[in-house]
Amino acid sequence: MKWEKVMGLEVHLQLSTQSKIFSSSATAFGADANTQTNPLDVGLPGTLPVLNHAAVSQAIVFGLGVSAEIGKVSRFDRKNYFYPDLPKGYQISQFFEPIVKEGVFEVPLEDGSIFPVRILRAHLEEDAGKSVHDAIPGHTGIDLNRAGTPLLEVVTEPDFRTAEQVVAYLKALHALVTYLGISDGNMSEGSMRCDVNLSLHLEGETEYGTRTELKNINSFRFIERAIHVEAERQQDLLESGQSVVQETRLFDPDNDETRSMRSKEVANDYRYFPDPDLLPIVIDDATIERIRDALPELPAVKRGRYTTELGLSQYDANLLTQDRATAEFFEACCAASKNPKATANWILGDLSAALNKEGLTIGGCEVTPEGLGSLISRIDDGTLSSKMAKTVFEGLWAGEPDVDRIIEDRGLKQVSDSGALETIVDELIANNPAQVDQYRAADEGKQKKLIGFFVGQAMKASQGQANPQMLNQLLKQKLG
Amino acid sequence: MTVPFETISSLAKQLDAGHVSSRELVEDAIARTERLNPELNAVIALDKPGALAAAEKADKARADGATSPLLGVPMLHKDIFCTRDVQTSCASKMLADFVPPYDATVVKNLDDAGMVSLGKCNMDEFAMGSSNETSFFGAVKNPWDFNRVPGGSSGGSAAAVAAGLAPLATGTDTGGSIRQPAALCGITGLKPTYGRVSRYGMIAFASSMDQAGPMARTAEDCALVLNAMAGHDPLDSTCADISVPDYSAGLEQSIEGLRVGIPKEFFSSHLNDGVAATVSAAIKELEADGAVIVDVSLPSTDLGVSTYYVIAPAEASANLSRYDGVRYGYRCDSPSDLQDLYLRSRTEGFGKEVKRRILIGTFTLSAASYDQYFMKAQQVRRLIAEEYQSVLKDVDVIAGPSAPNTAFILNDDSKSITDMYMEDVFTIGANLAGLPAISIPAGLVDGLPVGMQLIGSRFGEAQLLNIAHQFQRRTDWHSLSPNLEGLTR
Repeated sequence: MKWEKVMGLEVHLQLSTQSKIFSSSATAFGADANTQTNPLDVGLPGTLPVLNHAAVSQAIVFGLGVSAEIGKVSRFDRKNYFYPDLPKGYQISQFFEPIVKEGVFEVPLEDGSIFPVRILRAHLEEDAGKSVHDAIPGHTGIDLNRAGTPLLEVVTEPDFRTAEQVVAYLKALHALVTYLGISDGNMSEGSMRCDVNLSLHLEGETEYGTRTELKNINSFRFIERAIHVEAERQQDLLESGQSVVQETRLFDPDNDETRSMRSKEVANDYRYFPDPDLLPIVIDDATIERIRDALPELPAVKRGRYTTELGLSQYDANLLTQDRATAEFFEACCAASKNPKATANWILGDLSAALNKEGLTIGGCEVTPEGLGSLISRIDDGTLSSKMAKTVFEGLWAGEPDVDRIIEDRGLKQVSDSGALETIVDELIANNPAQVDQYRAADEGKQKKLIGFFVGQAMKASQGQANPQMLNQLLKQKLG
Repeated sequence: MTVPFETISSLAKQLDAGHVSSRELVEDAIARTERLNPELNAVIALDKPGALAAAEKADKARADGATSPLLGVPMLHKDIFCTRDVQTSCASKMLADFVPPYDATVVKNLDDAGMVSLGKCNMDEFAMGSSNETSFFGAVKNPWDFNRVPGGSSGGSAAAVAAGLAPLATGTDTGGSIRQPAALCGITGLKPTYGRVSRYGMIAFASSMDQAGPMARTAEDCALVLNAMAGHDPLDSTCADISVPDYSAGLEQSIEGLRVGIPKEFFSSHLNDGVAATVSAAIKELEADGAVIVDVSLPSTDLGVSTYYVIAPAEASANLSRYDGVRYGYRCDSPSDLQDLYLRSRTEGFGKEVKRRILIGTFTLSAASYDQYFMKAQQVRRLIAEEYQSVLKDVDVIAGPSAPNTAFILNDDSKSITDMYMEDVFTIGANLAGLPAISIPAGLVDGLPVGMQLIGSRFGEAQLLNIAHQFQRRTDWHSLSPNLEGLTR
């Protein structure tokens, strides 16, 4: 019998509203401590929360993005606990009636297949502030800039069995929310924070084991490792006859281990109750339809269109739709090149390699979709050989915008003038009678090899600019 | 120049006629407060420079032609309302040094109407009490008998108006905190419909019931003040976006044929005989004025107190969590760690009654008792609200006593905490149901004031004020004032 991992995820997405969920303070990342606060964020007496409706719209957008039911009446509740970075002594969240109910999110896997993940719920809540341990020697400071930032907590059913599925889900979720424009999904800035609930059971069992919660793992890289390390720890416990304690654990990447944080699930009682300061959120069908009509094309729909209409492989379609910027780049590029397959190859090949090498994103490099598109069409119309195209790409990468200008400046144009090529070929045949005879005597298989000599010489004579296809054709005609 | 027991309407006429200036009124009020307050303890912060500056501004505005009916009239705020740059303590050690950087909407609205705030009134700590004995700043005395309580939690406001320190004080009412002290001090106090007046900047006790209102000498004055206090506020999501009628303009309606319901449960064994007789006589007065008296029943009245003492402490336990010694307010000396900081700051900063209610609320919200207490209380609350609504379909208003007793003896150890909670038995229903209610002076028993309560339909303040005004045209109980000459030093 083999141990099987059972995992469910809770992801906190920071919504991309301009102001906080219950106050007018700004939400920008990285401002000086406590400069983005007002009396409400500090929890001064008498202040009252006023709901930012942009957060509600974004939550609905998310719900529609995962085909979920939207709660027609949802409510805010108070989650009570004491912590220095929690100014009111309670967090405003949605416990009893979340805004997004059950849905299904289709996650593309590496092998091109689709892994459906059941979404249990997604609810709105406010973020807490931050404790700062290094600003004042010997003291802990509190920065409340983040307090009140709108979060959407997305909770899945325990549908994951492998770390790869988890990572694929997170990448797809990241793609979805950036497509939808409701979160920047930036893990390092905390805009997307992931908790993994993990338990083990023997393969084939239907009962789940006792789970632990792995908190706040802030990169894709650490997630796989954290899952692996925690599963091993649980397996060791179970195989030595001990039991897993239900608790929250923190992954420590430096020591490659998970550590107990606090056994909060059992000890803490959050005493949730409806927040009397806020009215229920009532959403009518017309509002939902209005938001649905304004939705951008979702990744799943794009993937389908890329494979059926554009003839791309499922694999390429998955990669191109992994984030909105890449998909938009691809579509703009296609519009210029009229050649989807070649465009996909260039983006996933040379461009992607260059981006990885320089650590850049597709939006952050100098290459424009129009530039790359016109490069591809210059290959297709025979102006550029694939070798020349690499040189032109270097020009685009360096920030030169105009492909024809690059071709002109570098003198890269292929010689496709049949008269000029004919002169070269005629000279070649006249100057190399021995090779010509050898060619003419050879069988068809051998001829294919021998023609390489003439091609090489003709290329040399044309300083590499002869159109190889025309050259081949001409040589065959004249030699044969 | 002495106008201690004048009404706002009368002061406004004198100001308009130029017989007196706002500055003179304010100086007199400050002098009177400084003379009487050491004994009364109704006022816990006097803002002399602020008041004098506001008075001068009002005098100048009037000289320039402004004629608001409240312009230049002095008043006091219950110390539950945040006042920019002026102490706002909620009568707690926890906030004894707290100075807010902003004004409550009520404060701003009355400022905008030209009223002059003299300072802040004593109250029960965090509005938790019915006797004003839980204040960190000490008990308030009832101007009618210094051995007795003024009621609570707006006891300082009621005593200040009754003692003639100002013609108006703001109050707040979560379970009777405007009406019961108004009754015990012989003044008029209105608790508006939940959502009529903004709660922004009013320190929260039980958010689903807290409501601010005016405490004054007459219904006419309450109408004038409510005109300025009420209205939609984008800063309070629970504040209704419903237009504010001119309450003063609606005061001269006949009450002929008006149906007044008398719940039999309001005349139960809880009620003191003298109070019962006085309120019955007042109801007869309404009848004499043409009202039709109808017997009605609110069978769940007795459940109100238990329901209230589950819901209010539950909300309070969360509302008061922010007082943790971290950002502002009281912090214990040299805490050894975070736990110690929380524990000692809250143990030392809160008084006994506040701690009792935090504990009750924490208990009723805990996972093990939520269904049994909090959920059940919400259900009973709905039941009570439905009973009121159903009765108010049949009658225009409900009438009865505001409180079961007249003012009781200060520091009376024989009065148990549950006896104290029963003080609110007749007032709590209007809070649970979110209805407007007013207490008006209805007579004296053994020299102590008795209040009659009128409860109306949602947003029916105009009708309550009209009935109260008509009653005050026929009676002069509201014109009686206590003899404070013994206090003159």
